[in-house]
Amino acid sequence: MRGYLLIESRDPFESTGAARTCELAIQLRAAGHDVALFLVQNGVLAVRSGARRTELDKVLGTKIEVLADDFSLRERGIAPASLSGGVKAAPIDSVVERMAAGWNAIWH
Amino acid sequence: MATKHTLTFVLMDAPFESARTTIAFRLLHAALDRGYDVNVFAYEGAVALSFAKQAQHPNAVHGRDVAQEDHPLSKNWIAALMAHARTRGADLKWVNCGLCVDERGVGEAIEGARRGSPADCWKMAQQSTATLVIPTK
Repeated sequence: MRGYLLIESRDPFESTGAARTCELAIQLRAAGHDVALFLVQNGVLAVRSGARRTELDKVLGTKIEVLADDFSLRERGIAPASLSGGVKAAPIDSVVERMAAGWNAIWH
Repeated sequence: MATKHTLTFVLMDAPFESARTTIAFRLLHAALDRGYDVNVFAYEGAVALSFAKQAQHPNAVHGRDVAQEDHPLSKNWIAALMAHARTRGADLKWVNCGLCVDERGVGEAIEGARRGSPADCWKMAQQSTATLVIPTK
């Protein structure tokens, strides 16, 4: 079993690519791998509790860890208290930690 | 004693264009902060990140001269990361794809950045705990 860290920087309301990343995360998880999704830049726009997004909700319904870059959240005025349930604000160190642990890091 | 890791980052974005460059530099800093050795392979537009002839400019629209504008330059950020690596006992290797350098005429890189080839990228990845490719959008 391998670990996969998927990094998504695209705005899910602008690009369907973000949805494909969610699908990939779900498929990797279904195959038995450890998976985490790290949202950065405009990728964090989907994590506001009132945002409408289908694909990320599917991810949140699994055991996939969903992290949102704290710097990107601050840049966009999104307070940690306003995040959807299951999403955690995280420092960029989270990426480095997983890379050092041998996870495969993929940024579309 | 903590395990010494080597991480490789492959950068593609040209300077002054994308927030991904900022995120990439944050990742490099975070890795160096932990004392990890870091390899960077820059290709396509990213070879200009370390171009030594980058220059600050004034901002006439806002009435600011060069000093007031203090426009950030990626070559200075890289130099700062190299200095940070030394304080952390880490090694930051920065290699620019030679073909991409020639195409863009940006052969004059800052000290510490060297010319290489895609083969260097492969070797770096082979010798690293993990590799992250940060492509253009």
